[in-house]
Amino acid sequence: MSESAALAEFALRMGDSALILGHRLSEWTGHAPVLEEELASANVALDLLGQAQLWLSLAGELEGRGRSADDLAYLREPSAYRNLLLAEQLNGDFGHTLVRQFLFDAWNHLLLDALCAHPHARVAEIAEKASKEVRYHLERSSDWVVRLGDGTDESHRRVGAALEILWPYTGELFVLSASCPAATIVIDARWRELVDMVLQRATLDMPNDEWAQSGGIDGRHTEHLGKLLAEMQSLQRAYPGASW
Amino acid sequence: MYAQMVKTGVDRVAEREQLSPQEQEFQARIDADVRIEPRDWMPDAYRKTLIRQISQHAHSEIVGMLPEGNWITRAPTLERKMILLAKVQDEGGHGLYLYSAAETLGIGRDEMIDQLHSGRAKYSSIFNYPTLSWADIGMVGWLVDGAAIMNQVPLQRCSYGPYARAMVRICKEESFHQRQGYDLLIALSKGTDAQREMLQEAVNRWWWPALMMFGPPDADSVHSEQSMRWNIKQMTNDEGRQRFIDQTVPQAEYLGIQLPDPDLAWNAERGHYDYGAIDWDEFYAVLRGHGPCNRERLSARFDAHTQGAWVREAALAHAAKAAAREPAAGVQASA
Amino acid sequence: MTTNKSPEPGTNADADARSQWPLWEVFIRSQHGLSHRHVGSLHAPDAQLAMLNARDVYTRRNEGLSIWVVRAADIVASAPADKGPMFDPANTKVYRHPSFYEMPEEASGL
Repeated sequence: MSESAALAEFALRMGDSALILGHRLSEWTGHAPVLEEELASANVALDLLGQAQLWLSLAGELEGRGRSADDLAYLREPSAYRNLLLAEQLNGDFGHTLVRQFLFDAWNHLLLDALCAHPHARVAEIAEKASKEVRYHLERSSDWVVRLGDGTDESHRRVGAALEILWPYTGELFVLSASCPAATIVIDARWRELVDMVLQRATLDMPNDEWAQSGGIDGRHTEHLGKLLAEMQSLQRAYPGASW
Repeated sequence: MYAQMVKTGVDRVAEREQLSPQEQEFQARIDADVRIEPRDWMPDAYRKTLIRQISQHAHSEIVGMLPEGNWITRAPTLERKMILLAKVQDEGGHGLYLYSAAETLGIGRDEMIDQLHSGRAKYSSIFNYPTLSWADIGMVGWLVDGAAIMNQVPLQRCSYGPYARAMVRICKEESFHQRQGYDLLIALSKGTDAQREMLQEAVNRWWWPALMMFGPPDADSVHSEQSMRWNIKQMTNDEGRQRFIDQTVPQAEYLGIQLPDPDLAWNAERGHYDYGAIDWDEFYAVLRGHGPCNRERLSARFDAHTQGAWVREAALAHAAKAAAREPAAGVQASA
Repeated sequence: MTTNKSPEPGTNADADARSQWPLWEVFIRSQHGLSHRHVGSLHAPDAQLAMLNARDVYTRRNEGLSIWVVRAADIVASAPADKGPMFDPANTKVYRHPSFYEMPEEASGL
């Protein structure tokens, strides 16, 4: 694979992951547990969608087939999507959503920090902008994991269960970050440290590493993605070629 | 409007001589355009009316997130998706500012939420209609926000300080809402035949409910006079409705759509548009709970609140644990 | 998705009491501002979340702002002004106003 193609693939993986996760978060609109959280989670979703737009635009340019960010978002089949499996998981309850967010944010934060020094100017630029946002996302999601982990018996049970269910999807995070071309990004250990620190304050046990689910970043998805995209892409599919 | 038919608890507007000295002085402050603030003396009826009006306005913003939120996952471009999400987020924010303002009058947010869920408090009739197509999202921005703005701008100078200040903040953020909707519709009007059909079909369904937002005709509106005397309402229902129609008809013409009113015609003598009869039976039926979406809207809000109780409880429990471990600071400051 | 049937609206008084978050007042000093201004209130279980929420609700995360959050219950407010002076701009200590004094033209800058 040429370097340009490898970078295009990486940008696609980053863009798709941000898009799908942002989309999932936006599903909470009007249903959050408290009004202040409505605003907070919308901010995170907006940031992720903005990042998706940047990554997908870059991917389209590098690919050189004339596809815009919207073309990529709205006209590809699920098997052409390169997002992390973690991103496409269902929201579940608020605790489930925040655990998913925290595991992702911790990784995204470390990765973007490293990417600020990437030799490709556009990658560094995107990383620079996204870093500031993701630092805040991590502050929020880690705060909630601690709050819910060390809250009531019920909240402890719920986030503990979420952690067990989502843990198998974390292995793929490091396959993605390691696949970044023209850089050597190894963030597993630091991620574990960060996650361990938060889980301890949350009085939660770190799950065992049994089996790491994989395939999302290569286009092998769960049944969830097809339904998500069917909804997301419905208007463009129903009115091919129309402008909005 | 968002606050429709707000009861004032006053049967007849009293003449100045009939007011107590305290009430006279209170009225004099209002007439002199001096703001009433939370710790000032105010007639009980004024306080209660404001609580009803502000909380109804807040509930409308929150419930209003649902018909628009309905299309976030199906927005047809990334740009439109982000714009819609930002708009709905703003609405949540406006609800929050308004609950805040109402709380200065001595009622808690949870009590207001309970009133909404039990049906004791109302929200604007318009949000009981479904958003069935992408064009509906444009209609909500253009017509519903358009109608709301008519009342929000003058409310920035209403008599109650916290309410006026909340309205100033809201109006600043509102600037893009109506334009967002209209811009969406312009794109459809310049699009394919199917998109133009979608546009026309949507206005056929939204026009009359939008006119009903302004409330019943003045002749049937018993509370307007007192509210206007207290400067918490600045226009009569019919005045608002007429102004809205006059402003909107040319906008509809630009879009190349037909408003579904055969009696709509410019009256040169009056200097206004004449318009057809509104079906007030539909309006009252919707207020009584028989609109297309009343049940769904309320149960969505109720479910969000009850299913989120464990989260709010956990946050409180955590705060208590942390406070027990070390004394909490009275004031938290950043930078 | 199957869930337990939700109870009737309006009957959750007990649950509400356990889950009501206290009220906080929010004060913000903008980048070029000289003092913190009251912008409104919000609900939060503690100072940390109050601060995070204040950023999301009242600043949409603009940087370079200073935010104060204070529990509403901790604020001590003065009583409203007495009836008399309401419309009376009278300030009997008129000598406190600079305009009370006539300055000679020769002495500029005062």
